Amino acid sequence: MNNDPAAPLPPPAPSAHTAKVLAAFGPFIALIVLMVGLRIAVGENFWSAFNLRLILCQTAIVAIASCGMTMIIVAGGIDLSVGSVVALCGVLSALTVNAGWPPLVALGVAMLSGAAIGALNGLMIAGFRMAPFIVTLGMMGIARGSAKLIAHSEPVNIRPTWLDLLMRPFPLPQDPDWFKALVVAPGVWMAVIIAIGMSLVMSRSVFGRYAYAIGSNEAGARLCGIRVPLIKILIYGLAGALVGLAGLLEMTMLHLGDSTTAMGRELDVIAAVVIGGASLSGGTGTVLGTMIGALIMAILRNGTQQLEWQTATQEVIIGVVIILAVRIDQLRNRRASLL
Amino acid sequence: MAARLVMQGIAKRFGATAALSGVDLAIEPGEVLALIGENGAGKSTLMKILAGVYRADQGAMHLDGVPFIPSGPIDARRRGLAIVYQELTLAIHLSVEENITLGDEPQRHGWIDRPKRRELAASALAQLGCEHIPLTALVRDLSIAQQQLVEIARALSAHPRLLVMDEPTSSLTRADVEHLMAVIRRLRGQGVSIIYISHFLEECSAIADRYAVLRDGRSVASGAMPAVSEAELIRHMVGRDVSEIYPRVPHALGLPVLEVNRVSGLGKPKQASLALHRGEILGIFGLVGSGRSEMLRVVFGLDPIRSGEIVVHGVPRTRSTPTQRLTQGIGLVSENRKEEGLLLNLSIADNLTLTRLEPYTHFGMIASRSQETSTRTWMERLGVRAQGATQAIAELSGGNQQKIAIGRLLHHGADILLLDEPTRGIDVNAKAQVYRLIGELAAVGTAVIVVSSYIPELLGICDSVAVMCRGQLGASRPVAEWDQHSILAAAIGQESSDHATT
Repeated sequence: MNNDPAAPLPPPAPSAHTAKVLAAFGPFIALIVLMVGLRIAVGENFWSAFNLRLILCQTAIVAIASCGMTMIIVAGGIDLSVGSVVALCGVLSALTVNAGWPPLVALGVAMLSGAAIGALNGLMIAGFRMAPFIVTLGMMGIARGSAKLIAHSEPVNIRPTWLDLLMRPFPLPQDPDWFKALVVAPGVWMAVIIAIGMSLVMSRSVFGRYAYAIGSNEAGARLCGIRVPLIKILIYGLAGALVGLAGLLEMTMLHLGDSTTAMGRELDVIAAVVIGGASLSGGTGTVLGTMIGALIMAILRNGTQQLEWQTATQEVIIGVVIILAVRIDQLRNRRASLL
Repeated sequence: MAARLVMQGIAKRFGATAALSGVDLAIEPGEVLALIGENGAGKSTLMKILAGVYRADQGAMHLDGVPFIPSGPIDARRRGLAIVYQELTLAIHLSVEENITLGDEPQRHGWIDRPKRRELAASALAQLGCEHIPLTALVRDLSIAQQQLVEIARALSAHPRLLVMDEPTSSLTRADVEHLMAVIRRLRGQGVSIIYISHFLEECSAIADRYAVLRDGRSVASGAMPAVSEAELIRHMVGRDVSEIYPRVPHALGLPVLEVNRVSGLGKPKQASLALHRGEILGIFGLVGSGRSEMLRVVFGLDPIRSGEIVVHGVPRTRSTPTQRLTQGIGLVSENRKEEGLLLNLSIADNLTLTRLEPYTHFGMIASRSQETSTRTWMERLGVRAQGATQAIAELSGGNQQKIAIGRLLHHGADILLLDEPTRGIDVNAKAQVYRLIGELAAVGTAVIVVSSYIPELLGICDSVAVMCRGQLGASRPVAEWDQHSILAAAIGQESSDHATT
């Protein structure tokens, strides 16, 4: 058979190879540069166990919520309701604890109500073919308003339970030994376990790969027999459950259910995903990248605080970093597509 | 022997339009059936019904004697039917092996069985003789031809009893096409039935045992392939003689108005030269990726020029922006009418007058009445059928949309038209009208370049034709010196050397 190499792959040029390495490790390299830079700028306090624990604790909530957001963005969607749902789930779980239920029930309430709101978003997006931006913008108002109505616009103080330990960065002398043995707060471990789990789901499970397929070519995915609406509802539902968990952690960190907390948190979450290398047009992104993105944001915040820069300056810097990250990503992709 | 597939009286409506109204089709095991029809005849809709993407409103289907009503693409696939779609269904961010098994992954409790997946994908590629395509490469890093082969491998991995191929060769190289033909013959020998859709009639006669023709959503003819002539097939497809489709409007050539001398773009074209005369219709043919669209983009100033010279109306104007080109009298209609041509939600009047609003503007405000009056005159001249000048362009048929796209350039005063696939996706009648319009424009002195991947229309309407191959533009020669074979040969780079030096 005439098997002349009709269209052989061109041998990858050295620059293309560099581009691939950059694509894989770009955010990671940025993270290390940032760590070293701040170590020099702030001094050795920056790398102290104390500060590292603090940074991880500050990352955990955004990290957990952004695991779900990664999947949404990979599938070509977006969720603007994250901040409001964090507040709503926080209030709901606080009320559950105060009503005398065991803390585990509060955890269930937070995650289930988050999942329900997410699935509702997904239902409207997939079922009515509405734009995710609009649906979740509406849900942002609905969830925030509901939180305030339920809490009567007042903080819901909670009775002490073991939930208080979840986000405590440093053990107190009276804390149980198992807690001291954890080194970092349980909330951080939860984030790590969820990130590993989601990473596996995204890369190894049929469900996860369908998210990529939908974000890459939705019409094609449909023709391949993928039940696109169902998958979308599941994606938004799963992401909602993680946002619910983030809401519970926010509540335990504040020791109260606050209906006005986490305003604009969705933007931090989206920024973490985007800095981590995902494209808002869908099809690309990894949980690992997102985790690095979340860490970069938390470290920037922490570092600029240590340098005693004002909050306004921090906001400007984080804004610049987001734009830079996306621009670098664009250049990277252009290189890769020249293969 | 029982028929593999029988479709009877299939009908399907989308809103007010009847996409299919009475299609009958039958294919035996081990048979290749060529399904032939113009764009919009309903071939793709019919295949999507077969695949379970759409449900037919009426009619019955039987696969090997059993009623066949697939609940969806995966159901159809598991029952032995696989489809190679014309528009690629690949997820470009995923790997080759993931795409081959997409939607039907080997799995254990929702987790992908990766060794099994690799095995399935490798055997599908091997069946196609394409072991050179790396399994783990991302699809977006492959060439278009390789992507199409992956799409075909995807269909083969289902081990289908009935395989449908919708324009599988539209972006394949000659060698790959021959390869594919060999695979089809082998599958036919194994008793697989194949429905082969292509508008390359030669390909159809080479591979098919029988043919069936669709026109306007109906089956109009079928029979044994060897017994039918190409002219007969075309008559079935379009419902009339070829001469009626390509109206010849007499026109005379004048002085050169556009001269392109050894112009190179960043990638394509390479050292392209051509001369276009007043009143001339010049056709440029090229396969996908030959640089045929880039040629027009470079001339129009959309893509940068690396070297060479462009002379417009006798004045050297090599580097110009699209805005400057318009003032020089050059206009371009993109092949992507909907994305790059028209503002779909705006009215006919807005679309037509977009580039030259000054006559209707007073103190920065548009006088819509005079704009609409003028638009109505143009619509009459162009033969646009619509409810009125204020109707949204999205509501018009493709043919009428295309007339407005060309009309915009005429309204701007362009006398050099660059038309990229001007008849893509419009029906035969509209095509005939667009051809007539082009002829009439040439008769009043407009110079036109028509880029097309459809050889008959170039042979039908052009004065001269040039062929692009891998970024090189061949010499333009009078249309009488070309035929279907010589154009294709030139397009795949097999032109004999005496022609190349002409």
